[in-house]
Amino acid sequence: MTLSEAPLILILLGLGAFAVLGGADFGAGFWQLLSGGSDDGRALRDHAHRAMGPVWEANNVWLIFVLVVCWTAYPTAFASIFSTLAAALFLAAIGLILRGTTYVLRSGAERSRTRRGIDLAFATSSILTPFALGAAVGGIASGRVPVGNAQGDLVTSWLNPTSIAIGVIAVASGAYLAAVYLAGDAVRIGSPGLARAFRARALGAGLVAGAAAFAALPVLRWDARPVWDGLTSGWGLVALAASAVAGVVALALVARSRFEASRVSAALAVACVVAGWAIAQRPELLPGLTVDEAAAGRSTLIAVLVGTAIGALVLVPSLALLFGLFLHGTLDEHGTQPSAVPRPAPTQAAEAAPAPQRRPPLVAPALACLVVGTALTLLADGGWALALGLVLLFAFIVLAFGAIALPAGPASSRS
Amino acid sequence: MTAAAPAVPAFPPVDQAYLFQARQLQALSFIVHIPLVCFAIAFPTLVLFAEWASLRTGDPLYRTLARRWSKVLLVLFAVGAVTGTILSFELGMLWPNFMATFGSVFGLAFALEGFAFFAEAIFIAIYVYSWDRIPPRLHLLAGIPVAAAGVVGSTMVIAVNAWMNHPGGFELRAGHVVDVRPWSALFGNSYLWHEVVHMYLAAYMVAGFAVAGVYAWGRLRGRWGRYERTALLIPLAAAALAAPVQVVVGDWAGRVVAHDQPVKLAAFEGLARTTRGAPIHVLGWYDGEGVEYGIRIPRLLSLLAHHDPNATVTGLDAVPPADRPPVNVTRVSFQTMVGCGTLLALFGLGFLAYWLRRRRLPESRWFYRGLLVTGPLAFAALVGGWVTTEVGRQPWIAYGVMRTSQAVTGAGGIPVGYTVLALVYLGLAVAVVWIVRRLARAPLEAPA
Repeated sequence: MTLSEAPLILILLGLGAFAVLGGADFGAGFWQLLSGGSDDGRALRDHAHRAMGPVWEANNVWLIFVLVVCWTAYPTAFASIFSTLAAALFLAAIGLILRGTTYVLRSGAERSRTRRGIDLAFATSSILTPFALGAAVGGIASGRVPVGNAQGDLVTSWLNPTSIAIGVIAVASGAYLAAVYLAGDAVRIGSPGLARAFRARALGAGLVAGAAAFAALPVLRWDARPVWDGLTSGWGLVALAASAVAGVVALALVARSRFEASRVSAALAVACVVAGWAIAQRPELLPGLTVDEAAAGRSTLIAVLVGTAIGALVLVPSLALLFGLFLHGTLDEHGTQPSAVPRPAPTQAAEAAPAPQRRPPLVAPALACLVVGTALTLLADGGWALALGLVLLFAFIVLAFGAIALPAGPASSRS
Repeated sequence: MTAAAPAVPAFPPVDQAYLFQARQLQALSFIVHIPLVCFAIAFPTLVLFAEWASLRTGDPLYRTLARRWSKVLLVLFAVGAVTGTILSFELGMLWPNFMATFGSVFGLAFALEGFAFFAEAIFIAIYVYSWDRIPPRLHLLAGIPVAAAGVVGSTMVIAVNAWMNHPGGFELRAGHVVDVRPWSALFGNSYLWHEVVHMYLAAYMVAGFAVAGVYAWGRLRGRWGRYERTALLIPLAAAALAAPVQVVVGDWAGRVVAHDQPVKLAAFEGLARTTRGAPIHVLGWYDGEGVEYGIRIPRLLSLLAHHDPNATVTGLDAVPPADRPPVNVTRVSFQTMVGCGTLLALFGLGFLAYWLRRRRLPESRWFYRGLLVTGPLAFAALVGGWVTTEVGRQPWIAYGVMRTSQAVTGAGGIPVGYTVLALVYLGLAVAVVWIVRRLARAPLEAPA
């Protein structure tokens, strides 16, 4: 691996994570669409909504990560892809906006008719977005994105056999991942009915996703020959075969209700497909543009890697904490009673409590900071005097805010 | 200015009939996203302050407040996340040549912003979903990364804007971008600091006045207990303090613009010719020669731009007509920002003076009627300020090195995209108002 290829590895990792984690979120929306209007259907929809609540924001950030690494490390490739595939990506973005909005709207909807309407919009956008993103990938894989400013066709670059095949696989595999996950989650909260329902859906979606993947192979051979050749020889073939095996194993595990293991296996299948695609296209990113040619200069590539390393230092423990809390059930909205901390008393009871007037003396120092800070900021011609002026102005805000908004010292009723 | 001559774009130029619509599409997306950024910067601090106050005093009121605000925070964050996503898509969809030519210079900031955003998404989920489930101090601690990430993330994006206004960190060799130094391009940029400070204060003004306005509305309709008074005081104090300080910081920002982007400053006023002892006109209209129908204040522009009433201020005639920004849009936006900002500073000072004497909130209904208007005024100042700096930068996308017309996409369908997004955002606006009202109406002790 060369330095030029290192950011590409990051992009592929991000794509894989997004396909697995974000894909499952989209899939949850998919099941909301197919759940019908009955009480059972509502239970399914509510479960799908609750289960992904705390994590879907974080999952979507993977997509952003892929974009920003791509435009920093491979600017010409990014610009070519986004200008040619603008229509597909615009649809995906609109879908993301609708999803994000309807997701938060749902918590405000009490009437079930309103809620059903919102679920419908959520589900539609949950299908639109992965399809459009899959179609965009298809456009790249089938060589329909030439290098340049919008040099490809605005429509056929993403509405073509390869794109449609990959779009369908994206939707189906997301639905499968979501159903497996939701079945496992239903077991965890002790709801065997829901677990059975989602197990059946997982099996159905898994079969459809597998069938779609097999059906896509002849399409690739006919429509995206270079990728087909890459996937049927050498390491590409290994990746493809590994993906197929992992997919079959995942299905078998679902059939035996081993949901956790099945998710791992399914994630592996997705990862192998992403890796296989990369191997098949190597060394070209776009037709006539190799990874080496597309890569930014050395200092930028190193900066991206350093930036990512710093980010990972923050991110990895944070993500571990989130998923730890999430899988442990600490973040559930389910009806479990809160532990440990007692609920605060209704506010009316505290209404009368007159706060004892014991505030730290903040006003005089605040005013001093304001006067000196203003003078320095207005008069300084940059440099340390200006910086000091700004620091004093902020000190004024903090001190004065404390003087105004700070509650009086600890009350006697402190628990 | 870094470079004397413009750069050679990565791709050959295209003929885009809808350049103006592309700019409008980008502007629309920004105007929807930027108020949400204000809440991401300022609101977590206010929520954490309320939670900290509940730990400090044991008063359950503050806890209820923090808890209810945290739900609003989550809603605004979610909408901010998706409206921010489309912005990053648009950078590629609308301005591919800009990204292809300069992505390697400033792209790093977005990668770092991505991580900040990641951390924000993770901890906001932990914070909002773990009330009552983890020990109170740990819960407060989980909120701190949310506030920090909001600040760090927006600083990264502002660093890119500062770079666009004052590009550096690369060399041009025969017009080609070489010797890229991404860290110094972003963080060694003298333009970054005033933009960051100016935006932060603006964030506290927008978020503070808007939240206080909600409770002012409640007060006018008779909802006025200890809870409402506290919920009004915290954001009001933050905004009322930020507003007068913003005037001082604005002066600093103006001087930097006068120094580094003199033509933009000339457009703020509509100063046709380089002038010694230049005046400012309040209101009025620029007709290509000077400002008509404005109230003339002699020498004020020289005084503000260079702190010397007799200083020479560069006029629009310093550059050929093709290199001048649209004067009236820039000028009206600038005056909107300054006008609204001044009113808000006066309002803030008025409240602070009252508080200094009485140590409590005013009784007058007029105060609360005024407070209702401050949120929209702060929003107008915010948008006015961003339009001033973005339109004032035209015709350049990267000041002096690349024109916006060279950056634009060659793809068709921009008007269609504009219409679709406008409709989606209209629906979004209705939906956000609906949900925030819904959350505000929920009983005080809503179940977790």
